[in-house]
Amino acid sequence: MTLLGELQAGESLESVTLPPVSRLDLIKYAGASGDYNPIHTIDEEAKKAGLPGVIAHGMWTMGNLAKLFTPYYEEGFIQDYSIRFKGMVFLNDRITLHAVVDDNKEEEMTFDVCAKNQKGKNVIEGHVTFCKRLIEAVTY
Amino acid sequence: MFKQAIGKRSDKVKNKVERGAVKKFAEAIGDSHPVFVDDVKFSRNIAPPTFPRIFDYGKIEGLDLPKKGLIHGEQTYHYERPLLVGEDVLCYAEVEDYYERSGKSGDMGFLKVKRYGEDLGGKMIFSEEQVVIITEAVRKEMHV
Repeated sequence: MTLLGELQAGESLESVTLPPVSRLDLIKYAGASGDYNPIHTIDEEAKKAGLPGVIAHGMWTMGNLAKLFTPYYEEGFIQDYSIRFKGMVFLNDRITLHAVVDDNKEEEMTFDVCAKNQKGKNVIEGHVTFCKRLIEAVTY
Repeated sequence: MFKQAIGKRSDKVKNKVERGAVKKFAEAIGDSHPVFVDDVKFSRNIAPPTFPRIFDYGKIEGLDLPKKGLIHGEQTYHYERPLLVGEDVLCYAEVEDYYERSGKSGDMGFLKVKRYGEDLGGKMIFSEEQVVIITEAVRKEMHV
């Protein structure tokens, strides 16, 4: 695997396509996060709220997107992670995660990040600042 | 009601970064990487960056948000260092701002809530900012 620190502006991390969004994914996230808002798990509640069906938790998508950086914790850590929620994610959507290097400085790297659906629309987008300070805990 | 809440903050609540909770959370976002879950391979494990979602930040007096009808607009995390599995974190929340803008679906309220996590010595570990959009329909129901 390439080191994160070797990437230059304009280069991308390898994108990841998630399996089609399933109800079980959202039930699991509800349980793990404690966010039991029923529009994410129960069709009738989603419809009552004016939605065509259940939608994923925005934080589920944001949580997923961060995993592009998980293999690189030996080089540093995510210092800043900011996201705008742009569109809804429905069951069976195929979400692809993207990160492009914006700048690579001595102490930190910045990235433009987004998650797109199968139609190529950004459902979330934002920025990551990866701090190149090593964390003592993460040593093999 | 939201305007008056600006500047109000909750009392600190002690939360633990529980190993089981981290494991379950990592699984739920499809990221069961050893750095989060394997304590044989790593001397210490850390928590995923969006894990603070699960913490209890205490109650902000005078801020009663409806359970339904809120739209999550933006979310930001800032870390001084990653969260370590097993550590205690003192968490609290503060209403940073509230303003209204008119849009296609009536007047929208924008509520900015900032949340903090400190170590037991009072040193900041992370902060997060959430922008919640409250539609006119929801505010009518709440009579605010």
